[in-house]
Amino acid sequence: MNFVEINNISKSYGTHKALLETSFSVKKGELFGVIGPDGAGKTTLFRILTTLLLADSGSANMAGFDILKDYKKIRQIVGYMPGKFSLYQDLTIEENLAFFATIFGTTIKENYELIKDIYIQIEPFKDRPAGKLSGGMKQKLALSCALIHKPEILILDEPTTGVDAVSRTEFWDLLRRFKEMGITIIVSTPYMDEASLCDRVALMQEGKIMQIDTPANIVKNYKPELLAIKSNNMHDLLVKLREYNLNSQVYLFGQTIHFSSNQTINQSDLNNYLKNNGHTNVEISTSIPTIEDCFLWLMKQHN
Amino acid sequence: MEKEKAITVKNLVKKFGSFVANDNLTFDVYKGEIFGFLGANGAGKTTALKILCGLSSPTSGEINVAGFDVYSETNKIKNNIGYMSQKFSLYEDLTVYENIRFYGGIYGLKLKDIRKRADELIQKLGLTNVRNELLSSIPLGWKQKLAFSVAIFHHPKIVFLDEPTGGVDPVTRREFWDMIYDAAGEGITIMVTTHYMDEAEYCNRVCIMVDGRIEAIGTPSELIKNQNAENMNDVFLQLARKAKQQ
Repeated sequence: MNFVEINNISKSYGTHKALLETSFSVKKGELFGVIGPDGAGKTTLFRILTTLLLADSGSANMAGFDILKDYKKIRQIVGYMPGKFSLYQDLTIEENLAFFATIFGTTIKENYELIKDIYIQIEPFKDRPAGKLSGGMKQKLALSCALIHKPEILILDEPTTGVDAVSRTEFWDLLRRFKEMGITIIVSTPYMDEASLCDRVALMQEGKIMQIDTPANIVKNYKPELLAIKSNNMHDLLVKLREYNLNSQVYLFGQTIHFSSNQTINQSDLNNYLKNNGHTNVEISTSIPTIEDCFLWLMKQHN
Repeated sequence: MEKEKAITVKNLVKKFGSFVANDNLTFDVYKGEIFGFLGANGAGKTTALKILCGLSSPTSGEINVAGFDVYSETNKIKNNIGYMSQKFSLYEDLTVYENIRFYGGIYGLKLKDIRKRADELIQKLGLTNVRNELLSSIPLGWKQKLAFSVAIFHHPKIVFLDEPTGGVDPVTRREFWDMIYDAAGEGITIMVTTHYMDEAEYCNRVCIMVDGRIEAIGTPSELIKNQNAENMNDVFLQLARKAKQQ
């Protein structure tokens, strides 16, 4: 059953097209990721879904409610964590949380179980003004405030941007737990490696969705052959590989260079070519693509 | 032969009241090196960076940046370094050209030189068509490349990059690293912070900070070997998690 349905939503700011006929649906209890860099249209989409912004065209409904006609209903069942910290800086942790609980006609006590795991970490500082908190604590408070009315749908706009690798892992563990409680989650991120933690993802770029699928299927549908290559001179290796085959995609990926091509690559020919160009310790192996490889390849097809 | 040092840090301590933000840091950064400065949020990276840029005074320690002392020669340090942060230092309501001219002026370059170099830079970055457009109207990736170019416009000895690639698409992120390599090739020393662990692999050496201390320092391959890890992401998770459990 589709819990969230988005049909051909478009939005422009002046001449700039932020969203182009975007459509997708999210099932009840699904953890859905919207993956893309700044400018992809993620925030615009989320603001439209949370009824904070009007689309130019298209329609959407959330839990059966229309984003135009039933906006008041939607605001009651959606928890939203914006990308920019938007709580009251001069209220304390506890005051912020109490404020959001009261607005939604509930109390901290009533839904404490839901936020307990996160709130317990910031509770020792509950008398501190929100403006004086570290980035990680602000993030936890914002999530607590988005959850305090026990929403059916949680919409999180880049909750892990600027957050270190350890805290990011912990944050995703939390999301998994909310999913298990039956909350439907739509979350955006610019970190491609987080895609694999979602049930399904939409890969977005410049207002367009390039692909929607499970992370496993996206990787499976990566058509080109992918080689991971290393040598003694990585910087020159990048240059030489780009010169080798014009139809290839060549990018640095950590310790290796990923070399993809639609054509069949003869590994020993490639090895000889690199050796003839002065490279030593050449290592070539076939590799499994990451979501980032897929994203790069899709960007190439779309441009 | 001893490698020439761009930064030397010996027993750097910085306290805020009773809180120790930097706990006895000692490390060197060599000339022309790409030095990655990693750590969890709150590990003390920004505190140390501010001290190295001459914006904040250490509590104790001997620190020398580009040949100058951080206690007595902060103005000379500022003339010899460049700085770029994720919340870039460019002005949204100035045009591309005006931003370059502004920074050139701040660093005391002659207007004639600024004009010539600005033209070269605009052409190199492919920004000719948007030369006179307000910065607010150009895409993030272009801004980030421009911000980096502006940070090294006055040919500093060292450039500090604080999460320079946050939020940009994967292609632009890699193009940005090409620019970092080019700058290092010209002899500029690069000190960079990032949350993308694949980028840690692109550094010549990295230093991982945990709770105000240096937990590990070395080339990425050394650290991966020492920690018996697959990649830098594993190294980082192992070291940073250890801290949280204490």
